[in-house]
Amino acid sequence: MTGRLSTLQAAMVIARRDFTAILFSRSFFFFLLGPLFPLLVGGLAGGIGQRVQDHAGRPELGVAMSAKDVAAMTAAYQRLAPQLSNLPTLVSLGNGRESEAFDARAALSDKRLNLAAVVTGTPAAPILTGPQEQIARWQGPVGLIAAEAIAEKPSRFPDVALSPITTKTTADETRSRLVTAQLGQTVLFLLTMLLAGMVLSNLVEEKGNKIIEILAAAIPMDAVFLGKLFAMLAVSWVGITVWGLAGGAVWLSSGHSLADYPAPAVGWPAFLGLGVLYFSMGYLLLGSLFLAIGAMASTVREVQTLSMPVTMLQLLNFFFASFAMAQPGSAIELAAAIVPFSSPFTMLARAAQQPELWTHGLALGWQALCVALFVRAGATLFRRRVMKSGPAQGGSKGGLLKRAFAR
Amino acid sequence: MGSSAATSVQDGPVQGSAERPLAIEARGLIKRFDGFTAVDGVDLSVPEGSIYGILGPNGAGKTTTLRMLLGIIDPDSGLRRILGHDRPHEVAHTIGYLPEERGLYPSMKAYEAIAFMGALRGLPLNEGRRKGKELLEAHGLGYAIDRQIRQLSKGMAQQVQLLGTLVHDPRLVVFDEPFSGLDALNQGKLEKMIRGLAEKGTTVIFSTHVIAHAERLCDEVAIIAGGKVPFAGPVDVARDRIRPQVRLETRAQDGAWRAALPQDARHEGSFWYFSLPETGIEPLLRALIEGEAGILSLSIERAGLHDAFVAIAGEAAARALELGGEEERSQ
Repeated sequence: MTGRLSTLQAAMVIARRDFTAILFSRSFFFFLLGPLFPLLVGGLAGGIGQRVQDHAGRPELGVAMSAKDVAAMTAAYQRLAPQLSNLPTLVSLGNGRESEAFDARAALSDKRLNLAAVVTGTPAAPILTGPQEQIARWQGPVGLIAAEAIAEKPSRFPDVALSPITTKTTADETRSRLVTAQLGQTVLFLLTMLLAGMVLSNLVEEKGNKIIEILAAAIPMDAVFLGKLFAMLAVSWVGITVWGLAGGAVWLSSGHSLADYPAPAVGWPAFLGLGVLYFSMGYLLLGSLFLAIGAMASTVREVQTLSMPVTMLQLLNFFFASFAMAQPGSAIELAAAIVPFSSPFTMLARAAQQPELWTHGLALGWQALCVALFVRAGATLFRRRVMKSGPAQGGSKGGLLKRAFAR
Repeated sequence: MGSSAATSVQDGPVQGSAERPLAIEARGLIKRFDGFTAVDGVDLSVPEGSIYGILGPNGAGKTTTLRMLLGIIDPDSGLRRILGHDRPHEVAHTIGYLPEERGLYPSMKAYEAIAFMGALRGLPLNEGRRKGKELLEAHGLGYAIDRQIRQLSKGMAQQVQLLGTLVHDPRLVVFDEPFSGLDALNQGKLEKMIRGLAEKGTTVIFSTHVIAHAERLCDEVAIIAGGKVPFAGPVDVARDRIRPQVRLETRAQDGAWRAALPQDARHEGSFWYFSLPETGIEPLLRALIEGEAGILSLSIERAGLHDAFVAIAGEAAARALELGGEEERSQ
């Protein structure tokens, strides 16, 4: 004789089946390889960008003055270059002719040259010709070179004694934490979108296999939804563990360590722990919404139609959280932390920037409540809409929204 | 049987024998989809240990009724009580369900599929695996134990699902159109299995649009058409709604005896057809003998379930029922 299953036990039956099925499927293999593709594409794009940059070379500043003035400007440039790292490359133009006769505009249009601006006139009264932004940027350096060129005696630069420190400055720390927060948000967004899409495909496949009615007859739909969500979550944890171990091994073997990088405000262990929790919540929130979509839709086309605006909205949530990240403690950050779908991103960024931990407990509780509500709503929609038969069945009758909310 | 039986149908609904405790009780179930009423006030009483048929054409509301009874969907109004519980999922571990649209995970092995269906009903997975293998062996499918569902024929996969429905020894088994898609041999096997379940005390309820299955198997039936149940009760009571049909052949074509024939008597060739009069056959026999009609043959036949269906649900529903059967045979 069998015993009645609780909702959690029933969810476990579903989760165990889905977890095993996904883990031993081809799609999981490709899922594991997933991070290699952006790395590969990023590496290729970076390499190509570097080649383009090398090919383009540094923009040059042309000097078209009398031979004497060009010599003075070049000598001044060579004296200043070791002191100032951002001076433009100086090239001599006009074969020492008087600068009045030189056509700077024509030189700037000459495809054989790589000129960004041209300085004519004399060191005492230099004329800088070029695009507005460029000449505004080079006005200072050109003035410096010209001043050095007309100086009676070359400037003498005192030796600056260097006193390097190993700790990061406050400015460094703030910038690094911002980068960590941004990186965390991006990884979270990409992973949650990928997994929520996978759980939706899984449900659609199940509807196609006609298994869903057997599940719905045996256990509550809440349990089916929970089981599916947790199976995919467990699969993603396996994936993250594999990626973490493989990436960590490569990273450590190349001589890096976490200590080389400024710790997030809550510290690395807490940040990584919160990262896993916020990833889980972010995925459960989006996954439950996608399951509700799967519940409303009768066909794959309907699933695509419905999931597109949700994907766009989630992108907006991501941008909202990114925007809020730059304004810690503001009303905007609070709003982004309350909106369920932007909350995990916002709070992870907060963990990188702010040391308090209690706010994370509150946020995780709120997110868990939202997950429960979405799962329940999705299950209710499913029971209302999916298991109907008779003449009204099918995807073509009535609008999606009308069918979703009709009893 | 060419007579119009509708004239002799007794009025008023007849409910099933309620002496045995009820496995399923439904009162006034209503379900609407997008303004269409799929089920319109269905009442059912399924006694424990009985074989109960829900008989009706495609689109009559059979599947929706079963889904409401099982808690897959909720009725818009009405009451349902399954094995003494208002919430079907509370007793899901004692119910087996085979839906009309069969479905299994294609990558699962046959015995794992059975174990999984058992696990959904609370059977421990290891026990389910063991029983799954035993059941497959016992039903001549031992060679398929380790085969994936996608490697099985449609008929074999259907049998695997059927075994999965029964692996946890349910008290109540619900089949939705269980005979559809099965060949005659497997239909016979399934009928035998259903009888075997009932002999063990299991309640079996199934929907069908094939009257012959219901007539051969069921203790009670509910006739459903257009979402309504115009009759629910024992098969015999359904048949008794039509008076037995008399076929009389006489040597004489005419005589005073003809005045003794009932008003609905119809003459075809040398035969007379009419419903058995309420006064019985004796007064008519006396008139025939005294009138020297010369009785060549006389038969009194009890009405079949088909005639009862026509009389109860109407000609249109009967035609839809026959059409459904023909479509299935042609597939």
